Amino acid sequence: MSEPSTPISASQAKDPRFAARLKKRYTSERRFRLLGLGAVVFSALVLAFLIVTMTSNAIGGFKRAELRFPVDFAGAALTLDAGQLAAPDARDKLKTAGLADVIVIAGTKSAGALAASEISDSAWGEVADRLIGDPDLLKSSLEVSVPVTNDLAAALRGEGPEKLRPLAASLAREGKLVSRFDPGFLSRSDATDPQAVGIWGALKGSILTMAVTLLLAFPIGVLSALYLEEYAPRSRWTDLIEVSINNLAAVPSIIFGLLGLSVFLWIFPNYRSAPLIGGMTLALMTMPVIVISGRNAIKSVPPSIRDGALAVGASRVQTVFHHVLPLAMPGILTGTIIGMARALGETAPLLMIGMRAFVATPPDGFTSPSSALPVQIFLWSDEVSRGFVERTSAAIIVLLAFLLALNGLAIYLRNKFETRW
Amino acid sequence: MSPAFPIILAFGLGLIGWLAARARARTFRSAVRAGGARRMHSLPSYHGWFVALAIMAPALLFAAVWSSVTPGMAEADALKSPAAAQLPVFGFQRDSILAEARNLASSPDAAAFNPIARQIAAPMRAAHKFYGSIGLVATLLIGFAAGALAFLRLRPDFTARTQVERAIMVGLLLASLIAVLTTLGILASLVFETTRFFSMVSPGDFLLGTHWGPDPMATPGANVGVDYGAIPLFWGTIYIGAVIAMIVAIPLGLMSAIYLTQYASAGVRRWMKPILEILAGVPTVVYGYFAALTVAPAVRDAAQAIGISSASSESAMAAGLVMGVMIIPFVSSMADDSIAAVPQAMRDGSLAMGATTSETIRRVLIPAALPGIVAGVMLAVSRAIGETMIVVMAAGAAARLTANPFESMTTVTFQIVAMLTGEGSFDHPATLSAFALGFVLFLVTLALNYIALRVVKRFREAYE
Repeated sequence: MSEPSTPISASQAKDPRFAARLKKRYTSERRFRLLGLGAVVFSALVLAFLIVTMTSNAIGGFKRAELRFPVDFAGAALTLDAGQLAAPDARDKLKTAGLADVIVIAGTKSAGALAASEISDSAWGEVADRLIGDPDLLKSSLEVSVPVTNDLAAALRGEGPEKLRPLAASLAREGKLVSRFDPGFLSRSDATDPQAVGIWGALKGSILTMAVTLLLAFPIGVLSALYLEEYAPRSRWTDLIEVSINNLAAVPSIIFGLLGLSVFLWIFPNYRSAPLIGGMTLALMTMPVIVISGRNAIKSVPPSIRDGALAVGASRVQTVFHHVLPLAMPGILTGTIIGMARALGETAPLLMIGMRAFVATPPDGFTSPSSALPVQIFLWSDEVSRGFVERTSAAIIVLLAFLLALNGLAIYLRNKFETRW
Repeated sequence: MSPAFPIILAFGLGLIGWLAARARARTFRSAVRAGGARRMHSLPSYHGWFVALAIMAPALLFAAVWSSVTPGMAEADALKSPAAAQLPVFGFQRDSILAEARNLASSPDAAAFNPIARQIAAPMRAAHKFYGSIGLVATLLIGFAAGALAFLRLRPDFTARTQVERAIMVGLLLASLIAVLTTLGILASLVFETTRFFSMVSPGDFLLGTHWGPDPMATPGANVGVDYGAIPLFWGTIYIGAVIAMIVAIPLGLMSAIYLTQYASAGVRRWMKPILEILAGVPTVVYGYFAALTVAPAVRDAAQAIGISSASSESAMAAGLVMGVMIIPFVSSMADDSIAAVPQAMRDGSLAMGATTSETIRRVLIPAALPGIVAGVMLAVSRAIGETMIVVMAAGAAARLTANPFESMTTVTFQIVAMLTGEGSFDHPATLSAFALGFVLFLVTLALNYIALRVVKRFREAYE
């Protein structure tokens, strides 16, 4: 900003009281400016602190404690040959053949009985999958790395039950108990043991929910925006539609949850906590966002485009669908993506319609019970165990990564296709 | 029989109709070109769309209605079968057996724990198959009849485009009516359940009572009203959302807006604006977890360090602080808009008189933009009181009338979640109270938004 330059007489300017007043005013100017800078920096610092806290916790959440030891399948008494492993029920066969016991015995031999008793109940499944993938392993010895129970994992971090801590320390020294990156976190589903949980079930639920939301909210939103901006006559009806849309954009999300609970679940009582109902509820919430951004995008297409089309004989519908809509599309898509990002992070309405149940298998369709990513975060955040704290942060990082990708896509679209008329 | 079959069939018929009608219209066109016939009114593809729409509209409507009524009819048929006589007459067990049977009927290898379910599933599956084939045949007939009628109307001078465009206009109008329907749906469901609630608890007890302690499991007695005094909830909501959060958000948001619009260089603005946008885009469940995991323990320790022994690990302060941070970008962008709406001449005049930038901002810009800023704050308050996840995760469940921000407090949104996520029955006043609370919340946010938008509108007009 340029310094104020008012003509001042020489005698005034020499007055020491004037100089003091001016100095005071400039000091207060600097102070005000610093306050403003402070406010902006504070917001940035909070964001940085939030992200650093979540990331530092999440690093542990993407790992899990595993016990490593060799298993000699050739020497073990598995009553099974390689041919049976090709059958579709090979997992069940391996289970009845006593694979779990074989693992525990091998673990006892290598790391001691106490450590072997802390091998996770789900460990045999992972070994079984490896055997099914490569049946020849049955004839040889294999170095396996299996998850341990939550107690031993906590002991490895120096927490948890006292009696396990020395064991964990000594096993870690020998390199038998290690905390390893856990790719399975992205492919497993909810469980009661933080060592065995994964995010895939919730992620798939979120993807299905978002698909329903997009399929409903996008066409309805775009068509409403076209109607209101291009065709609607000035009438009481139009005013009512406009007021409704503006109000819906401001209604708290939990109210949409109440609507979903009392209307959608009343119509479809069998689809409680299904992505279909969740998607319908979120679509009602997202639709006004799409309408409002769509109207702005349509408004910014210059009238000369419409006049040109009409002048060469296009009908009003052809003008809009062949010329206005394609030109407004980048703006509409940007608004849609931002609306979808908001819907992806939304939790409260999904809690209302019952998507908070414990669901241990990924949903296999739009109507099967499911969880969603933000709801999963909420459910895990209620667990007290330290393992879940890390897993929750890891899930948050996954959610934030998706949101960042969506917003990045919106910004890219805006920069690439936006036309300034 | 999957309910998707009739829908796929309708689309298939529509495609066939489109191709046939377009081919027919093309023969018209070649006749026109050869001379003799009159001029075509519409392009061939519009003839195609006319027939396709004429087929798909009734067929899809029928398929949707049919697939929503048949499960009920199949169940009724199955209940007439001899196996159904063993069912418990009513209650939870009957519902769970029927649910299992429905599962079995749609996928035969689903797990079933009850033998009766397996017996009922067989007639149910047969009924499903029966009604499914009827639906398929009926969809086919309806689509064919409608298509034939439409096809017979095709002439070279048939106004296919006008008809199709009329259908498009109807579609546009219907789409925009969904918003009105949603608003009506919200109002209707809230009013309906709230009326039921007020038939059990008097509105006076609810709005003026000071004790909140519903028990969803207890049988409601005669004097049920004493447990449903919502004043502590309203107080907690206002204290967290409109007091603590605003003490954080208003100064920080306003100063950010002032700095970014009046002082910051273009480079700083280019970096800081997206950061504020990211802050606004973080999901509330993440803020809630941040509040519960990091902020709440820090607030408790700080309070205990200055000698407040009653400080709890779930406090109004923690929830309010984090909510305030969440609202900063919102206040900032509202203040940004209203400051930008003040005419440049007013600013220039003040600067020309020798005022410094900060004097201009404080004495000229902010007073001139005040109506817009106040409206922005009202919108921010309406967002804050409707915010759910932060208070659910950080504010606590105890309904208290206290001004001590370090104690746990509960809010309207927290209680809505608490009342509806339990196992309570839909006839219990505790469950219904959630709808009454939702209704109050809906009305308050609506009023705040309405007033704020009016203020903004009048303020804009004043400077135009």
